[in-house]
Amino acid sequence: MAIKTVAEALRKALREEMQRDKHVILIGEDIGIFGGAYSVSRGLIDEFGEDRVRDTPISEVAIIGAGIGAAMTGLRPVAEIQFVDFMACAMDQIANQAAKLRLMFGGQVSIPIVIRAPYGATGRAAQHSQTLESWFMHIPGLKVVMPSTPYDAKGLLKSAIRDDNPVIFLEHKLLYGSTSPGGKAKTLVSEISNTMTPAPDEEYTIPLGKADIKRAGNDITVVATGVMVHMVLSLATELQRNGLSLEIIDPRTLTPLDKETILNSVRKTGKVIIVHEGYTQCGFGAEVASIIAEEAFDYLDSPVKRVSNIDVPVPFAPLCEEYVLPNRNRILNAIQSICQ
Amino acid sequence: MSIPKEKLLEFYRQMFLIRAFEEKLYYLFMTEPMPGTLHQYDGQEAIAVGVCAHLTKDDYIIGTHRSHGHAIAKGVPLRSIMAEMFAKKTGCCHGMGGSMHLADIEVGMLGATGIVGAGLPIAAGAGLSAKLRGINQVSVCFFGDGASNEGAFHEAVNLASIWNLPVIFVCENNLYGFSTPVNKVMKIKDISERARGYKIPGLTADGNDILVVYELAEEAILRARSDNGPTLLEFKTYRHKGHSRFEPSHYRPKEEIEEWIKRDPIILLKNKLKNELNILDKELEQIENKVKEDIEKAVTFARESPAPEPGESLKYLWA
Repeated sequence: MAIKTVAEALRKALREEMQRDKHVILIGEDIGIFGGAYSVSRGLIDEFGEDRVRDTPISEVAIIGAGIGAAMTGLRPVAEIQFVDFMACAMDQIANQAAKLRLMFGGQVSIPIVIRAPYGATGRAAQHSQTLESWFMHIPGLKVVMPSTPYDAKGLLKSAIRDDNPVIFLEHKLLYGSTSPGGKAKTLVSEISNTMTPAPDEEYTIPLGKADIKRAGNDITVVATGVMVHMVLSLATELQRNGLSLEIIDPRTLTPLDKETILNSVRKTGKVIIVHEGYTQCGFGAEVASIIAEEAFDYLDSPVKRVSNIDVPVPFAPLCEEYVLPNRNRILNAIQSICQ
Repeated sequence: MSIPKEKLLEFYRQMFLIRAFEEKLYYLFMTEPMPGTLHQYDGQEAIAVGVCAHLTKDDYIIGTHRSHGHAIAKGVPLRSIMAEMFAKKTGCCHGMGGSMHLADIEVGMLGATGIVGAGLPIAAGAGLSAKLRGINQVSVCFFGDGASNEGAFHEAVNLASIWNLPVIFVCENNLYGFSTPVNKVMKIKDISERARGYKIPGLTADGNDILVVYELAEEAILRARSDNGPTLLEFKTYRHKGHSRFEPSHYRPKEEIEEWIKRDPIILLKNKLKNELNILDKELEQIENKVKEDIEKAVTFARESPAPEPGESLKYLWA
């Protein structure tokens, strides 16, 4: 039966990979008995046992560090960090160890660790609302993946686990469609069901480093990630009625970035905006805009615009949170401004 | 405990080798433009040798910025280390890492990391892997007094304790974290006291007596191999040299340095060999001369080796 939520898709990917390869183990906080803060690993401890699904203390440095040591010596750990914001607690292990030991040791080791984390604003205030994709994109030696649908999530997680490099796997909380630590989680899954391409039961993988054209079009290129893919897809339907055709590209992997798919689209349309959740300064959009300016300048009819968070720690009050996040109006304004 | 004469002579050879290697490097750094830096192990040799004596190629060690001695004791070929110091392609890390990041997976030197404390969780992970793969490998983490104040130390030791991991945490307490004396940075006198906080065995001993190191390391390693969990070993020792390169360590009182140099682990073993086992000077000289020869060969090898291509690093970026 087709899988309609990202949480189930990820769980299926984990189960399949753990069945396929006994070296795959899961480590993280509350992933065993509780099944993960967002239920991603629910049931896996019953199937695979406590040796392979390990609840850890609240010790991000040890979680990632032990994952690295295990990955260097024959295991394939999938470490979960409960909120991407907590990656900050383990940044030395992520940026200075996982990303660098292979190169520093002249290629003698590989570090096949996957580090998964939920991201995105859901009313939990500044320290539980970030995206931080740039932190990981900025460090050579890390791959960074950000799926937007159950189909992409399952295929990409399987590839990430099979990849011999450290992979940071970022999952938007609103796409899980599952429970959160407090019970019923905030979710967009029912509203966006027609763009949440389901994951089939069969075995398949999606290669890292390949973007997906979520909607072919001719007038404007929109590069979007995560939840924003769905927001832009729904806008595209409305705009099409007015004769404006958006081409929506979901990179799926942020590092390594599929530049060619993006640049081909820009060469076709001449107009591009980038829509992503997360801070604007030095964000994913900044990097893509820079690449486009360097490599497709002659094709541009208008400036490259970014629609992403206003640069401020995400505030708690619901209207204040909404205000700082990308929204339909800001996307429409950006599109309008490059169409004049 | 009686150790056969051959083994004691081998201890002597290894410790002398480490010392001579470090002295050779110091001389090279003083007289030629050598790339990078140097954190010398002079004075701490008994710890590397006494611990690694119990390990096979399949056991893992994780080191620090001060790991030339660990690498030699674990069996990384001399020429590989020397060539790495010269930033040559034939270095153990192909010139990609340098002095602070020696590694040779084939002999179980999982790597030296230059971030103080970062090796402890990684060593715990290697222990986890050994435990899950069901072979009686152990994972030894060398670190200093300074590292025991990093959060990573506490997280790693705690994790190893609850998961009963086959890890031996070996703290080389040389009384200074760079320029800062231990009594300024912790209230406890012995770092092994911290083991109590994690309910694992913790011992403090004289790191300049190879026989003491050898005995305690054996216990701890057997404990790990028999799936009885981790140990925190603290060996008190002293750096003869400054923190790095030519740093003169003015922050250490002269008398203190002199006292510790009198307790040079190599001299202590030499005296034991001569006085208790009647080993002759010329036997030891033979060993020493062979060591010096081997080091010269390593230097020649390094000098004659090619440097890596400028773009070589990109080959190693992705697996």
